[in-house]
Amino acid sequence: MSKDIVIPGYLLGEDINGGDGTFKEGNRVYSAVYGIAKRVNNKIEVISLKGKYNPKKGDLLIGIVTDITFSMWILDINSPYYGFLHLSDYTKKIEKEDMSKEIGIGETVIAKVKEIEMPIRINLTMNDNRCKIIRTGVVIDVSYAKIPDIIGKGGSTINLIKKKTNCDIYVAQNGRVWINGSDEMIKLAINIIKMVEKDGCFDNISEKITREIDKDGDR
Amino acid sequence: MEIDEKPERFIVDGLRLDGRKKDEIRPIKMEAGVMNRADGSCYIEWGNNKIIAAVYGPREVHPRHLQETYRAILRYRYNMASFAVDERRRPGPDRRSIEISKVSREAIEPVLMLEQYPRSSIDVFVEVLQADAGTRAAGITAASVALADAGIPMRNLVSAISVGKVDGEVVLDLNKIEDNFGDADMPVAMIVESGEVTLLQMDGIFTKNEFIEAMELAKRGCSQIYDIQRDCLISKYKKLDSD
Repeated sequence: MSKDIVIPGYLLGEDINGGDGTFKEGNRVYSAVYGIAKRVNNKIEVISLKGKYNPKKGDLLIGIVTDITFSMWILDINSPYYGFLHLSDYTKKIEKEDMSKEIGIGETVIAKVKEIEMPIRINLTMNDNRCKIIRTGVVIDVSYAKIPDIIGKGGSTINLIKKKTNCDIYVAQNGRVWINGSDEMIKLAINIIKMVEKDGCFDNISEKITREIDKDGDR
Repeated sequence: MEIDEKPERFIVDGLRLDGRKKDEIRPIKMEAGVMNRADGSCYIEWGNNKIIAAVYGPREVHPRHLQETYRAILRYRYNMASFAVDERRRPGPDRRSIEISKVSREAIEPVLMLEQYPRSSIDVFVEVLQADAGTRAAGITAASVALADAGIPMRNLVSAISVGKVDGEVVLDLNKIEDNFGDADMPVAMIVESGEVTLLQMDGIFTKNEFIEAMELAKRGCSQIYDIQRDCLISKYKKLDSD
């Protein structure tokens, strides 16, 4: 597997399969975004360095309620589109009048993408035991392109941070991270996540984290 | 260099007033990702031009009725600061900047994969802080780097440059004096790799042969601009790497 920085319109190769972030013209595959090209066997894909989250069915997201209509919560889900959470997709049965008492404007929830209607309307659900309303801790924004780096291989990076900082951390697919713990530790966890976000696509990240935490512990 | 009158000659001993050759571009400095709030941004210093381009989006369209069901809309705003020129310019959009916004949008649009983001909008803001001829070309150049920086899918970068005529000779990348007192000015935007021209305007008069020569020169200029754009994007990543 090779890593290369590419810009839009860069010729990645001929007669190969193009994955995400590529486009085809004849038998030639070009990069469509500015990012890192990853080649695995006969497939090439480009992972964008920046960019907006594109919702997929089944993803768990952290959303912030921006508006309440007569039967729906409208959530900012850090993507080009709003997410719609219908009354019937809430964890329990409530009356329309009580909606703002359950989740008010400005509150944060973990919700799941139920379905995506084309052309584009994102319906969310909270009928999943991982979904909940967040009332403690801190939610930070990270670049959604760096989510895989923050999670690490099989969750290794995030588990390391969790263990070292003693925080409850939830990384949502849409580039938001929820951290819960003591104030001191939340600060440390944010610093580490920001560091991973900044240079996560490079190697020996776990050593760096350990060093950073130990350094902070000494202080 | 302050010259308010037409100089007697623009080209002396094969060199132009600012010491460049006929096919030489002004020095360009470009940096991507200069603004934190924007999704993508680019700052360009092209000779004495100083321009910032910022990209927001894809995001929800406001006002709602502008949205298109099966594609994103592109909005491009070219604006010149009141202090960008010698005499204070009245702030706000005028006939000229509205026209430039339109043609620049159409110059950028062909490379964007707008169909990937239905019902959304991509907003480009180009602010000219200091103007010295060729701002629309510099704006397009910066905007396309800012779009790439924002992670928006596109088929290629757009590069732009102006060509013109002074003293009856075709020259590349006019500066302010050449633009104000020259015989012709022609901004060109193109996709260098395929040679597709996305913007072509002309002010003044070229003969047919001069036009062909000017296009050839513009093509060479654009490919130099493209190299700078590419290096700018790649060096941004390298800088991340070394931190």
